Order: sequence, then structure tokens, then C-alpha cells
Amino acid sequence: MSENKHNMAKKREPLSDRRKFILNMARGVGLATMGGFIWSAYVDEVRASSLTLRPPGALKESDFLKTCIKCGLCVEACPYDTLLLAKPGDNKPIGTPYFVPREIPCYMCTDIPCVPVCPTGALNEASVTTNEVLDINAADMGVAVIDANSCIAFWGIQCDACYRACPLLGEAITIEYSKNERTGKHAYMKPVVQSDVCTGCGMCEKACVTEKASIFVLPREVAQGRAGNHYIKGWEKEDEKRLENATSETTTTELSKDSALDSLNDGLEGY
Amino acid sequence: MKTLWNSYRYLILRRFTQISLLVLYFGGNAWGWSVLRGNLSSSRIFDFIPMSDPYAALQMLAAGALLSVDLLIGAAVVTLFYLLIGGRAFCSWVCPVNMITDAANFLRTKIEINRLQGKQPASRDMRYWIFALSLVISFAMGIAAFEFISPISMVHRGIVFGLGFGWAAMLIIFLFDLFVLKNGWCGHICPLGGFYSLLGKFSLIRVLHSEENCTLCMKCKDVCPEHQVLHMIGKESLSVTSGECTNCGRCVEVCDDDALGFSIRKPAQINKKTGE
Repeated sequence: MSENKHNMAKKREPLSDRRKFILNMARGVGLATMGGFIWSAYVDEVRASSLTLRPPGALKESDFLKTCIKCGLCVEACPYDTLLLAKPGDNKPIGTPYFVPREIPCYMCTDIPCVPVCPTGALNEASVTTNEVLDINAADMGVAVIDANSCIAFWGIQCDACYRACPLLGEAITIEYSKNERTGKHAYMKPVVQSDVCTGCGMCEKACVTEKASIFVLPREVAQGRAGNHYIKGWEKEDEKRLENATSETTTTELSKDSALDSLNDGLEGY
Repeated sequence: MKTLWNSYRYLILRRFTQISLLVLYFGGNAWGWSVLRGNLSSSRIFDFIPMSDPYAALQMLAAGALLSVDLLIGAAVVTLFYLLIGGRAFCSWVCPVNMITDAANFLRTKIEINRLQGKQPASRDMRYWIFALSLVISFAMGIAAFEFISPISMVHRGIVFGLGFGWAAMLIIFLFDLFVLKNGWCGHICPLGGFYSLLGKFSLIRVLHSEENCTLCMKCKDVCPEHQVLHMIGKESLSVTSGECTNCGRCVEVCDDDALGFSIRKPAQINKKTGE
């Protein structure tokens, strides 16, 4: 009983200044850590959407997200209302410009009004300049990809909508002829995207006649693989230059000193 | 008797400024007006004078982005402007969120929630912590951290470029200020306000209190969203030197005794009674 009273008296004693200070510091640090992690997790999540098509001249996605100040000047400069600013609910990094080619593709203005207005250089004028002149053909917004299963030209039906819509006619999309063995007297006229020429403007995606576009633009990072520096086209002078980037790192496998029989018989004790 | 204009002149002027800026920015996008293009993050006046949010630039710097000359000039223009007219003048004269939080505060007073909840459960220094945290996260994640969650940008961008679910952000702030914390967003949390508070410590235009005229009615403290900055009321004739003052002018217009007014900042010593 008396001990209980003693405890209660102790409880009512005001906290010492030192204790208060330490507790307050601990609380501050704790809340900052908690908030910091929630905040970081959110930021990490929203920027993870990698299927966003950016305006011409955009920096590499990670640099773009760093550098874009989300002012919308590019959106205002676009004469075709192609560019949009990501709104909450669009599931894209918020406030950043993007476009949806099936709705409105990039019409590849020769004066590229969206790029020079960028105040931060997130849209990099140098990347769409050839010989000191703005050159929209140097843009790399993405690359068109064809779904051969739904593309009716691959069925043998004649359609060259994407080929005709391409602003780099005959260069970015070419037509490949082959014999239609099913009928024996017709030809397949299959569109093929030349990925090193394609700018990703999306005019083909807009023009595609199938219900859901069978040719569509993806960010280059998403659409393409990478052979790496271990594989070189030895028959091409240009390609051999890539060897300069190759690392000279050698890997060695440590040889086991145990006898081969031991290795084969290991783990058989239970049988 | 005071006229309506007299008791609400700054409020009316502020709403006029806030709404005009929104209309000009909106017109810049929708009808191609050239007065103001862009949004509060970065814009151009008459396609010539660049303006950029210096806090956003700071985050980008922390994130490791290369800052362009345009951006640096723009940030300098805005910084100098608010150094002149008072750092948080942005908050009360420009920021669209101010209208939301003012509305919440108005309703809060009307339905007397303040009487239900006596003690404010949070510190006003939180904004400085969040400001520091935003720079740390920007550095760690390589991205301008606050710009990805900023309801200020969300609301302003929403009004100029299309809102999406941005209305939800508006509603959250309104309800938070109404039911959770008085002056919660603008007075406690907003790191942009924190940034401008730091800037405002050095700004030129400040509210000046003249103690001789003060009748201690305390209307100014009641109406002030940052009442801690008015600690000198009825005690000393001083400029409001705290950067947390938003230069909204509410205290000036509610004062019936001409004890408050805008002036150029005066160093504290000169205004002290003893120094006169």
C-alpha cells in the first residue's frame, strides 16, 4: 500500500529538463525517421512507372525526373495538345509531361516548340540538334513495337496504315514481302520497325486500324534488349569500337582439390 | 464607423491578387495569353522574365540535378522579389492553398471548433523539420522530394492544367485544418512556407506596431494566423521581425486604433522605447 503511494508520488514529479530535452530529441528524430521512410517509399513508388512517354529531347528517365520542375511550359507550347501534365490519378510521376500516342501522337514539328521553352534543360535542346539546327528526326521518345498476332498485315490482309502514317516514310517502318503459303498466290506485306530510325512519335499507333493498336510506342528502355559488350559484330568496323568499353575483368573459378569421386558421391549418405 | 473596405481592404486585395494570378496562368495555358505562362513551379512573364520556385531549385540541387542558367536566374528573381516584399507574402498573396486554409479557418471559428479543442497539439517548428527532411530525401532519392507530394503545386497545376484527383488534396487540407489542427497546413506543416519564413527573416516590408496607440483589444492576435509573431503587441513599438509573418495585413485592417501598419523594416534597437 505504502509502496503504491510512493509510486504515485514519483509519477507526479515533473520531468527534469534534461529528461525532457532527451525525450523531445528522441521524439523529433523518431518522427523524422518515420515520416522520412513513408515519404521515401511514396516517392519511390510513384517514380517506378516506367511506361511513360516523354516529350522530344527528354533526358534519361532518372535524370528527367530529377530535372523537370513540372511547370508545364512544354505542354503550353505544344500546338497539337499532344503533351499532358500528369494529374493525381493518372498513375504517372505527378506533374511531369507525357503523351498518349493513340489519343494524340507527336506530330514532329520541325521547330520543336516544346523543347527550347524548358527552363531546366530536362528537355535537352542539344539532343534534338544536328549541325546546330533543330532536328526533330533526332528525337528519341520511344520505339514502335508490333504485335504480330493482332496486326492484320501479318494475317495476309493488305494494310499499310502505319507505313503510310510514318513521318519517316520508308525509313522507320519498312515493308517486308514474303509469299503467302496458305493461298499460294498472295503476298504478305509485313511492316517492320527499324528501331534505330524510329523516333517514337506514335503516328503509326494513332493510324493503326485494329481495335486496340497492334503497333504501339514503348519507351526504348522498355522495348529493347541489350547485347552487352561481350558480343561484338566482328564483321563490322563500327561495332568493334564497342570493345573499348568492354571491361577487362576476368573471372576465375576456384578448382576444388577434392577428388571427383567424392564430389559425385557427396550427399548420398542417406541412401 | 469603419467602412467595409477599411476593415477588409487587404483581404480583398489579397483575394484579388490570388484569383487574378490564377486567371492569368489559366489563360496562359487555355487561351495562349503571354502575361504569365507556366505555373508556380516555373513560369515566364511576357515570355521573357523567368521565374522559378527557389525551394524547388534547392531540392533539385540536393537531388544532384544540373541547374540550368534559366532556372538559376528565375530562382534569383523570385528570391529577390520576396526579400523585398516579405518572404511569406507568397503564402498570403499568391498561394492558392491559402484560400482553402482561410476558408477552413473561417468555418472553424464560425462553428466554434476552437472551443472544443483548446490546446494545439503540434509545434509550429514542424515546417522547418519537414523542410530539412525534404532536402535529405531529395539527396537520398535523387529526386525533388516535396515536388512529388506538394499540394500547393498539385492545386495550382490542377487549376491551370486540369485537376484529376487534385480535388482530393484540396479536401484533405481543408478537413485537416478544420478538424485536426488550427492553421495546420500553412502554419505548421508546409515546408514551402518554412522556406519563405527563413527568407522573410531578412525581408524589407514588415508590419510595424506602435505601442502608444495600442488599446490592448487583442483583435490582431485573434485574427492572425501566426499569432506568435505579434509578441510585442502592447509592449514595445517594434517591427514584426519574425519570418513567419505572412504580411497578410489582417492585423492592420482589424486594428481600430492605428497601432499597426506596413512599413520598411526598422532595426529593433531604434524602435525600443528607451532608444527614442
